Amino acid sequence: MANFFLDNKDLQYHLEHPLMQKIVELKERGFREKDLYDTAPQNYEDAMDSYRRVMELTGEVCADVIAPNAEGVDKEGPRVVNGRVEYASGTVENMKAVNSAGLSGLTLPRRFGGSNFPLICFVMANEMVARADASFENIWGLQDCAETLNEFASEEQKMKYLSWVCQGATCAMDLTEPDAGSDLGAVMLKATWSEEKQTWLLNGVKRFITNGDGEVSLVLARTEEGTTDARGLSMLVYDKRNGGMKVRRIENKLGIKGSPTCELVFTDAPAELVGDRKMGLIKYVMSLMNAARLGIGAQSVGLCEAAYREALKYAHERQQFGKDIIKFPALSEMLTNMRARLHGARALLYETSRFVEIYKQYTHISHERSLEGEERQEMKFYNRLADGFTPLVKLFASEYANSLAYDAIQIHGGSGFMKDYPCERLYRDARIMNIYEGTSQLQVVAAINAVTKGTYMEQIVRYEALEYVEAMQPIVEKMKALRMRVEAMINYVESVNKEFPQFKDLHARRLVESVGHIIITLLLAQQAKADEQYAADAKVFAKLTEAYVASAETYVMNSTGEDVALMSEVQEQY
Amino acid sequence: MNKSLKIVVLAKQVPDTRNVGKDAMTAEGTVNRAALPAIFNPEDKNALELALRLKDEVAGSTVHILTMGPQRAADIIRDAMYRGADGGYLLSDRKFAGSDTLATSYALSCALRTIGADLIIAGRQAIDGDTAQVGSQVAEKLGLPQVTYAEQVVEVKPSSLVVRRRLERGVETVETPLPAVITVNASAPEVRPQNARLVMKYKYAMIPSEINATPDSLAAKMTAERDYLKIVELTAADIPADEQQLGLSGSPTKVKKIENVVFQAKEAKRLDAADESINELMVELIASHTLG
Repeated sequence: MANFFLDNKDLQYHLEHPLMQKIVELKERGFREKDLYDTAPQNYEDAMDSYRRVMELTGEVCADVIAPNAEGVDKEGPRVVNGRVEYASGTVENMKAVNSAGLSGLTLPRRFGGSNFPLICFVMANEMVARADASFENIWGLQDCAETLNEFASEEQKMKYLSWVCQGATCAMDLTEPDAGSDLGAVMLKATWSEEKQTWLLNGVKRFITNGDGEVSLVLARTEEGTTDARGLSMLVYDKRNGGMKVRRIENKLGIKGSPTCELVFTDAPAELVGDRKMGLIKYVMSLMNAARLGIGAQSVGLCEAAYREALKYAHERQQFGKDIIKFPALSEMLTNMRARLHGARALLYETSRFVEIYKQYTHISHERSLEGEERQEMKFYNRLADGFTPLVKLFASEYANSLAYDAIQIHGGSGFMKDYPCERLYRDARIMNIYEGTSQLQVVAAINAVTKGTYMEQIVRYEALEYVEAMQPIVEKMKALRMRVEAMINYVESVNKEFPQFKDLHARRLVESVGHIIITLLLAQQAKADEQYAADAKVFAKLTEAYVASAETYVMNSTGEDVALMSEVQEQY
Repeated sequence: MNKSLKIVVLAKQVPDTRNVGKDAMTAEGTVNRAALPAIFNPEDKNALELALRLKDEVAGSTVHILTMGPQRAADIIRDAMYRGADGGYLLSDRKFAGSDTLATSYALSCALRTIGADLIIAGRQAIDGDTAQVGSQVAEKLGLPQVTYAEQVVEVKPSSLVVRRRLERGVETVETPLPAVITVNASAPEVRPQNARLVMKYKYAMIPSEINATPDSLAAKMTAERDYLKIVELTAADIPADEQQLGLSGSPTKVKKIENVVFQAKEAKRLDAADESINELMVELIASHTLG
């Protein structure tokens, strides 16, 4: 029996991370529900035991049901029948299996029927689902919309929608429109209050909506007539059972073909306001997007895992010139680098999840009681790290998903270009990951402030100060030296930027990625305490980091303010 | 609205004979149970699914597992609880050791008289013995009607069930009064996955012997506080049974000899793809009773 949790030591390591003790304490609030619900843990060990069991169960469903369906789902895809989406038959089976296994509402409070698990378990489940079938992760992972409702909706709304999600209702976030993609402030779908019906009514079109026909939709809409920017937007929750919404068509995509990407037409569709008016984009969608970015991080790492495994398997099975092709240094090096990037992206994913988790738990606690001084400090501290690390994990993991899928095909040679092996599907599926929920370019925009304001550098210095195993000392020293060189790069860019205001934009990605490389190396080096395997990963990743920073440094330090004009010339062409 | 059903599923923990290694047999020719992982007998899982579907359909119904075996057989009762069963009974006693199908069905039928059931569902056969006798023998001993080779309950009526049977050459739909015994084929729907919330609810479910072995554990504490965590353990005295009919003394089956049978290809025939040749082959196979 295959199992995507039991066959993955790296996942198990992250579930057992030392910081889990603090996370479980926060999440369970001193185990106050232990006698209220028969599923609630009695203590830390008991909680961890439940997480392990449920992750194992998830790993089994992923390996036994979802993965075998992936090829069929990719071929068959969903379709639109009378304005409604019908999933591919494999997707229907997957949905039935995950619901039967009780995996919905993993992180939601028990009073709504959830399991009150830490976010880390949900991220992990998403990762395993994505390894099995990235397109199904899109549909299933959207239940993190419920987390946003849990944070901002009224108790009555929570009772209605969260309970439904815990029973397996799927979600959608209806944000983009034909003229509002990355620029969501331009959203035009109208929400008007009807005195007669005593409800908000939605009218307009949404486009590129993943799982648009889901049961519960969070809709970004313009509630303030006459406005044209973000300040006129609110968030509403739409219940599909109330009617008024039709799916006009679904997109024919390059990848994640099992996930229906919908164009939706709302005609007097009744909806409820969530939270305060005018805070739609500014507050709620920002929260939604941060959660979604972590979700794409998980999806990307899951895809990396799948790509690495496909490539490793093929390299061991395929023979040329009388030996397994993995015996050729060019291929074993490629696979070694793949493994380092896979483990590196995962290290960053779970580190970020831990930061987000602690910050979110303090937020929830602050809704119950006022926080103590020290708690408030911690909340701020982790909030800052969560905001800084989230774009970083989205950027790195999604780019790695693409590069690992690319390498997986390369290792398969000509066979990889054929439809015969899963690697071609992985390659197509990966391509959207560094685009949706904010392109890599936008992640850099989101991350650059944390570079120049010191969030990352301070954290790197904290990592440097940790204890490492002997073998990792030279790596840590090397990273220290690289960190100083990157600081010099940042200072140089900042100084030139004073005279040439777009100079920082021009080099932002190089700075963000330099910093990200150093962070990942240090995370892997830290993990070497627990398992020697990570020492090898850290050594390999350190090489990638050294080479990356050297190249970025050469580029940046040899660049002058004139380059801003050079790189803008193309604006005048066409 | 149908009256609720008290369903008991007969299940067995078996060595996983699908993954047999070189240590699978002892020198004496018996199964080396220590070398093989112990699993939930596959067709008993189909039986469990059939029971759980009835529980979903008929409000208020309950599903309990009844199994005979050593203490570790409590694992399959827990497994069933993670999938939706309400609890279970483990028949465990040295006096049951060495039982053949006759002694086993005797013990099970005694237990069933004690427990009481509207419907008894069992897998057709276990993968270790492949006898397919126990379910039928239980029905005979209890004087109940039996439906063998079942794959689906088509309809639940107030005091009967309509059941579809999968036979070699087709399907047959029959109606049986209740109480009854049903044995289920592998062609029936696969068992549902374990459910996360049930796993958390029931993970500490134990039999008294397990609790006694770890009196200071959290599990022991939880089981003491929560009745639904108590798996019933029954001895020969509890059910009650005539000791002569149990275990070795109640088992007339004697294994005389075990032989390895290796099929060897003797002769090969080449056929061309013409219809005529295929017809000839069919005639020959039917004549030799290989087919039909």
